[in-house]
Amino acid sequence: MKKKIEEIIKDKILILDGAMGTMIQQYNFTEEDFRGERFKDFPASLKGNNDLLSITQPEAIKEIHKKYLEAGADIIETNTFSGTTIAMADYQMEDLVYELNFQSAKIAKEVADEFTKNEPHKPRFVVGSMGPTNKTASMSPEVNDPGFRAITFEELKTAYKQQAEALIDGGADLLMVETVFDTLNAKAALFAIEEIKAERKINIPIMVSGTITDASGRTLSGQTAEAFLISVSHIPLLTVGLNCALGAKQLTPYLQIISDKSNFGVSAHPNAGLPNAFGEYDETPEDMAEQIKEYLDKNLVNIVGGCCGTTPAHIKAIAEVVKGYKPR
Amino acid sequence: MNFNNQQTTTNNQQQNKNNCKKLKLSGLEPLIIDENSNFINVGERTNVAGSRKFLRLIKEEKYDEALEIARNQVEGGAQIIDINMDDGLIDGEKAMVDFMNLIAAEPDIARVPIMIDSSKWEIMEAGLQVAQGKCVVNSISLKEGEEAFIHHATLIKRYGAAAIIMAFDELGQADNYQRRLEIAKRSYDILVNQVGFPPQDIIFDLNIFPVATGMDEHKTNATDFIEATRWVKENLPCVSVSGGLSNVSFSFRGNNTVREAMHSVFLFHAIKAGMNMGIVNPTMLEIYDEIPKDLLEHIEDVILNRRDDATERLLEFSETVKGTKKEQKIDLSWREKSLQDRVTHALVKGVDAYIIEDIEEARQQATEPVEVIENNLMTGMNVVGELFGSGKMFLPQVVKSARVMKKAVAYLTPYIEETKEAGARGVGKILMATVKGDVHDIGKNIVSVVLACNNYKIIDLGVMVPPEKIIDAAKKENVDIIGLSGLITPSLDEMVFLAKEMERQNFKVPLLIGGATTSKAHTAVKIDPEYEYGVFHVLDASKAVTVVGDLLNKKESKLYVKSVKEDYEKVREGFYSRAKKKEFLSLTQARENKFQIDWENENIPTPKFIGTKVFDNIHLKKLVNYIDWTPFFRTWELHGKFPSILTDEKVGEEASKLYTDAQKMLKNIISKNLLKAKAVFGIFPANSVDDDDIEVYDNSFRDSVKAKFITLRQQGKKRKDIANFALADFIAPKKSKEDYIGTFCVSTGFGTDELARQFEAEHEDYEAIMVKSIADRLAEALAEYLHQEVRRQFWGYASDEHFKNSDLVKEKYSGIRPAPGYPSCPDHTEKRIIWDLLNVEENIGVKLTEGLSMWPAASVSGYYFANEKSKYFGLGKITKEQVQDFAKRKNMDLEEATRWLQPNINE
Repeated sequence: MKKKIEEIIKDKILILDGAMGTMIQQYNFTEEDFRGERFKDFPASLKGNNDLLSITQPEAIKEIHKKYLEAGADIIETNTFSGTTIAMADYQMEDLVYELNFQSAKIAKEVADEFTKNEPHKPRFVVGSMGPTNKTASMSPEVNDPGFRAITFEELKTAYKQQAEALIDGGADLLMVETVFDTLNAKAALFAIEEIKAERKINIPIMVSGTITDASGRTLSGQTAEAFLISVSHIPLLTVGLNCALGAKQLTPYLQIISDKSNFGVSAHPNAGLPNAFGEYDETPEDMAEQIKEYLDKNLVNIVGGCCGTTPAHIKAIAEVVKGYKPR
Repeated sequence: MNFNNQQTTTNNQQQNKNNCKKLKLSGLEPLIIDENSNFINVGERTNVAGSRKFLRLIKEEKYDEALEIARNQVEGGAQIIDINMDDGLIDGEKAMVDFMNLIAAEPDIARVPIMIDSSKWEIMEAGLQVAQGKCVVNSISLKEGEEAFIHHATLIKRYGAAAIIMAFDELGQADNYQRRLEIAKRSYDILVNQVGFPPQDIIFDLNIFPVATGMDEHKTNATDFIEATRWVKENLPCVSVSGGLSNVSFSFRGNNTVREAMHSVFLFHAIKAGMNMGIVNPTMLEIYDEIPKDLLEHIEDVILNRRDDATERLLEFSETVKGTKKEQKIDLSWREKSLQDRVTHALVKGVDAYIIEDIEEARQQATEPVEVIENNLMTGMNVVGELFGSGKMFLPQVVKSARVMKKAVAYLTPYIEETKEAGARGVGKILMATVKGDVHDIGKNIVSVVLACNNYKIIDLGVMVPPEKIIDAAKKENVDIIGLSGLITPSLDEMVFLAKEMERQNFKVPLLIGGATTSKAHTAVKIDPEYEYGVFHVLDASKAVTVVGDLLNKKESKLYVKSVKEDYEKVREGFYSRAKKKEFLSLTQARENKFQIDWENENIPTPKFIGTKVFDNIHLKKLVNYIDWTPFFRTWELHGKFPSILTDEKVGEEASKLYTDAQKMLKNIISKNLLKAKAVFGIFPANSVDDDDIEVYDNSFRDSVKAKFITLRQQGKKRKDIANFALADFIAPKKSKEDYIGTFCVSTGFGTDELARQFEAEHEDYEAIMVKSIADRLAEALAEYLHQEVRRQFWGYASDEHFKNSDLVKEKYSGIRPAPGYPSCPDHTEKRIIWDLLNVEENIGVKLTEGLSMWPAASVSGYYFANEKSKYFGLGKITKEQVQDFAKRKNMDLEEATRWLQPNINE
């Protein structure tokens, strides 16, 4: 039996994979590719529904997972960032949510297990990615009606519960509530996971990763990094951290706060710098690894990986630089 | 999978004071409470049970005013606010949710944690479901038995809140010392050991009951509480103790002086015993040290139960100190500032309490009501925009600002409609859409609502909108502006595509671009060139208001559109000359892609004059009409096109003053002949050779080369069908046809330095700068004038040309006059060749400095290209290969060539 991640994380800094979307973009899938045979007559446009590719283009997704594992990732994220009924409503694919998550976890698990088998000294893990959805529970989309909410806690909880159950059933070793721009959404996800844990009498390590949107140092819903940390610390977490919106360099001060104030492990998966004028992330693997080195020198992290714009080359460079550093 | 996860709470029993974790709460900001913290004030006024006014406001659904109460508490120092909606006539669950949702939209309230106060679990749970921060639940207890207590505590833990535990059990409320202890101990053990509730998240409310009621059994109410607090803090590790303070003084309702003093005295002693939190009205609190000695003594007798007749004595004494009301502690000093400052303050802080009266004042001052929007309100919104852009305000605040704005606009609307112009101005109709393939719409929605607040009609097409739908809707609705949003990278291409479509379908409405991956640079470089009418990158929602305002303002929109176009043009130039990753062609490839003119069929007129001509005293008066004033204002950091800049709302007044002064000085210069205008030009037989060079011949036989101009060729990789230009492309190649080139140098600078020095000596710096800036303009005017004369008279290819000055400025004529050192030919060393060719220094006295700038400064030199296909271009970056080739052709060593061309060399 492979070692538990809670044990491993005490001994070494673990590498999380990089961006899924960035890798998918390189395939230049067409509407037809997204649809595959199964959805060729589906009434809505499906291009851009990356999560769907776990069903219609599983080999591509596996290949991406494989590249990240080869690059040195200990943990790979399932291709399920938008795998809730809420986010899938845009594609009229609410009914497919369970299958999407299940399949995504399953294929990730297959690839990870293969690597674990070949390198038993370096066990690989699958983390079920649970994105923020496209609605906010604590902000109104209507300025004239600031008390209005487009989504409720109950709706979020139900949607997240379905996603988490499918991810667990599909074989996810961990769950990650990530890219949290509204803490209330994350709390609903955590509530759902706690319910599953209680109902199934299981324990599954949880990662939470918030998103500081800009120079204000706050989440989109207005919380400071520390307020965010406090708001999610009621659940025993494997790690709490930050991802997306900023590059490694811009993330440092907020990560420092999380690291200083948190009793949990700390994770970071920043973007490959800030987007350039064309919306491309162009920080090179070397530059990014150089920034990550600062995290390591400051002893800030237990798990580190990449978000938007990162590629296996980035993860490889990060894995390289992490060698020789002890976890926080 | 069965990880043996260690619950964080199982060890808590062993925790003592020293290794207790802190009680951490959060709203938008953290609140951390430990042994070293000062007493935590919980605001109590947003409680329907405690405040009749709040009850009335909630019943009447006057949420705006109810929010003011919450805000006042936070401004008054409450670190947590208690919210209670328990009233028989209120739907408590709905009121709790509605009010908490509204608070979430008020960043200056929402920054503090909320205490969700109810006797009903359903109401508390509803509150927990709408709070992103870590709240306090007030309260649960053993009142309904252990099962319900455990169930509720488990859920509270899962929602992530701290809890107030009332000293209450199945038998009732603890009303003496011993019962308080028993219930507290039992509750603690269940919470920590059975539920796994973090002990630091437990806050005991040990029941503050009134004293001085006249009943003997109430005499120890205060001391029992204080002593029980002491016991709990010593025996139940890590917990906090709280209580509702106003109860203690219940007997003295109506006498605030006594009540305030009682509160202070009670707190003074309870805090010493370990009470660290309380539901307190901070405005109902006297400072302990400021309580008059005699009053203090009477009160302490009661609180500490020091005498049997304490109550009677205090009652008697209280009659003498009946109430002066305390003044409110809210800072209203901003009300004393100027009108504009007040409006700006209200917008920045999102305070709408006074906006109507301020706007009314502004309206009375304004000539037209709409000016209040255009001036006062927009000034404030611009500040909001700047603060937001620099990260000093965040989104909810901006949205709040927009709400204040809306109130103000709504107030003004009837007045605006009364005025005749209202119909003409109208309100704009704006189409908003997130482009095809992109589902992100938060930013777009914010922009939509903020714009809606400013009275624009919004047609929101939602997300993943295909371009044809946008186009159709825009036509059908006849919108004034189209706004596109997108977050992901491919959306950028969609925006470019849409711009092309709009151009193809001949749209004439502004196109706004927004969203996280969009940028000014991308907009300028990729989108703007595709759509003639105008593309505008909007950084954020607050900027959207000003941009839309500028675009729909009839007076200014043209000027604005133009200035943005020009700005983007500059961004493009900068971008192309900076672009690092740009792909380059080899010099050979670039030459193969040169600009093609079909020389076979090209008609090249023979110049009427060949040779060199000198004008050594041109009358300045002739030049006045050739002056392009726009750059003159730019020199003075006033931006805008002449002449509309003179009526510009912002800079118009300053611009007009400056213009008047300039006219005065110009008149003076002309009438006294203070500056000398001189010019020299030449027209020579010439042909291009070896792609990039131009040979200038001595005579019409073209058998002896008099000079050779070395031009530089663009090397950046171009889109299909776009050439890599060099100036030599505009001259017919040798052996194809006979062609010609002109060169010139003009100056109006003679006398400038002397004049400027005179002014400087008299400390008239303004005039000194003015002289120089006018001389510069005259030199440009002379270049324009001479060029015209050359075209019409000497070269003569445009003898029937008649353009107004404004057309000249727009370079509508045929042929160009690029100057060495400018984008088409950044190589300054070419000036040396012009100087030799025209004998410039000898003929008109303009010298070249070592660095190859001209003296006097107000001089212009350059080439004339007559071909109608010739045009200005920017060389951009070139590779080292071309630098080497250039050095060889120039017969210059590589080091020197590199130095001259440095800014254009791609590293």
